[in-house]
Amino acid sequence: MDLTDEPDDTEVVVRTDALTKTYAGRRAVDAVDLTVRRGEIYGFLGPNGAGKTTTLRMLLGLVRPTGGSARVLGGHPGTPEVTHRLGALIEGPGFYPYLSGRANLETLARYRGLPHSAVTDALARVDLTDRAGDKFRSYSLGMKQRLGVAAALLGDPELIVLDEPTNGLDPAGMADMRALVVALARDGHTILLSSHLLAEVEEICDRVGIIAGGRLRAESTVAELRGTSRLRIVATPTERAVATAQRLAGPAAVDVDLGDPAAPAVRIDVPAERTPELVAALVADGAAIHDVRRTERTLAEVFFEMTGSAEPEPTDLLEAAR
Amino acid sequence: MSTTTALPSARYGVARAWRAETFRLRRWTAVWVLAAAWLLLDALFTFVFNWVSYASGSTNFSNQGESKADLLASILPGALAENLPQGMPLFGGALMMVLGAIIAGNGYGWGTWKTVFTQGPSRTSTVLGSILATMTAVLALLVVTIALDVAFSLVIAGAESQSVHWPTAAAMGKSILAALMVMEMWALAGYLLGTVARNPAVSIGLGLVWNMVIENLLRGVGNSLHAVAVLTHFLPGTSAGSLVGRLAGIDPVNATPGVFDTLGTARAVVTVAIYLAAFPVLAGWVLRRRDVA
Repeated sequence: MDLTDEPDDTEVVVRTDALTKTYAGRRAVDAVDLTVRRGEIYGFLGPNGAGKTTTLRMLLGLVRPTGGSARVLGGHPGTPEVTHRLGALIEGPGFYPYLSGRANLETLARYRGLPHSAVTDALARVDLTDRAGDKFRSYSLGMKQRLGVAAALLGDPELIVLDEPTNGLDPAGMADMRALVVALARDGHTILLSSHLLAEVEEICDRVGIIAGGRLRAESTVAELRGTSRLRIVATPTERAVATAQRLAGPAAVDVDLGDPAAPAVRIDVPAERTPELVAALVADGAAIHDVRRTERTLAEVFFEMTGSAEPEPTDLLEAAR
Repeated sequence: MSTTTALPSARYGVARAWRAETFRLRRWTAVWVLAAAWLLLDALFTFVFNWVSYASGSTNFSNQGESKADLLASILPGALAENLPQGMPLFGGALMMVLGAIIAGNGYGWGTWKTVFTQGPSRTSTVLGSILATMTAVLALLVVTIALDVAFSLVIAGAESQSVHWPTAAAMGKSILAALMVMEMWALAGYLLGTVARNPAVSIGLGLVWNMVIENLLRGVGNSLHAVAVLTHFLPGTSAGSLVGRLAGIDPVNATPGVFDTLGTARAVVTVAIYLAAFPVLAGWVLRRRDVA
């Protein structure tokens, strides 16, 4: 299926319609329409306080919407028909501190009516078997997070909702988590992944929803959000290069970067595969080509543009730079 | 591809939640500490101190004015029906309230409500399973209390070369019923407080102040103000104390603090029964309707 097509109902795992939550007159989530398709990894992006977790809580039936509606796995959020088919880690793992990691999962397995082997499998999947007998209260943040993911995997659910699953993990742990999410999707699970780590989302997600100020600003594939790549060509004489570029790509796709007066660059919005055609035309029209670069907007740039964040968080910059 | 478990019916949902909750309660040190505290109080104040007083010929605050023969009779198997529930309206009730409060209240602090509400059973089934597990823990403690009281009274009878006479089955049945209703009522009161306060510490504080202080003060004021006296007749402490006093046939003059004859048997049974029904219904209603943040 083309991810940009409108999906039919059988392919939709989560669909919200003007989903809204108001707290004391403030709209934490404002008329959000999002669609998660079967088998995809959906990245739910937004700055802190954007409404990500509140939206996820509504999808799990933990929080009641004040407006709009949501369908999850074809049913109403929070009903047994839905919750027994999903697994979730929401805003940090909630476990009994006096129990071991294994006993915590055994408690949840009893809620789900699962055999003991399900606990063993889930612990192995997040590489926590060795420390499974330790008390939850003695776990590091990363181990707690991994146990939370293990809990979300109990019963091999169709839909797995993970809210910031890499919080507290070291770089190796984050890489492992990304690999796990990709493997789960490959096995046929649908993953709804909330994160503010843009590189993480860019790397593993099929489609992305960007939320800011409670409103869904965009929802699309990562490639579509990033848009067409741009060519940055330094050619002289500039006037001739601009004329050629405008003839081939249209006036709206061309501008001139005067950042370096000695070598003004022509910027052209065209798909990357048109590079040879443009370069050949410029040369044919007598322009001398000094430099050709393909530039692409990163998801981080798209994100900051859409969320209006003037000052990206250091973690975002670090992630974007990777 | 994923292979999810079969959809639990509401009945199985409750059973699963009960199994899960009893599993985790059995492993919680705090539950064992509360149980041990109650059993220790019961053993000390019902048997040990009175036996020491009898053996040494001295008196303590709870047996002043009693003859030696009466004192010995009060700790033999024949007094089991009276002894079993005596400490429950006040001291046992307070401990059971703490138990209920920590079971429900910690679910918010630890974030475990949000975890268990996404495991399959409905919220109603989950809460019902949790409440039933709390009641099961109280029932188990009552069974151990009965066994402990029987054991102590038999040891004392043997040590003092007394013949063993048991209370009638009817007397024992009424005593156990009173004990069960009172202990469960206070545990469910704690569960409700823990749910409403979303916090064990606040709910324990409020519950203990109510149980140990406010109701006593109101009863004191009720001695001079009729309207307040009428109000106290509807309160859980008065009802629980009257239930124990009436069903166990305890003379209020020599009774443990918290045991009364204020209400008649039927009135006390009905009032406690109403609390037994109302507390879990209210707690369930709040937990079912409230957003879990």
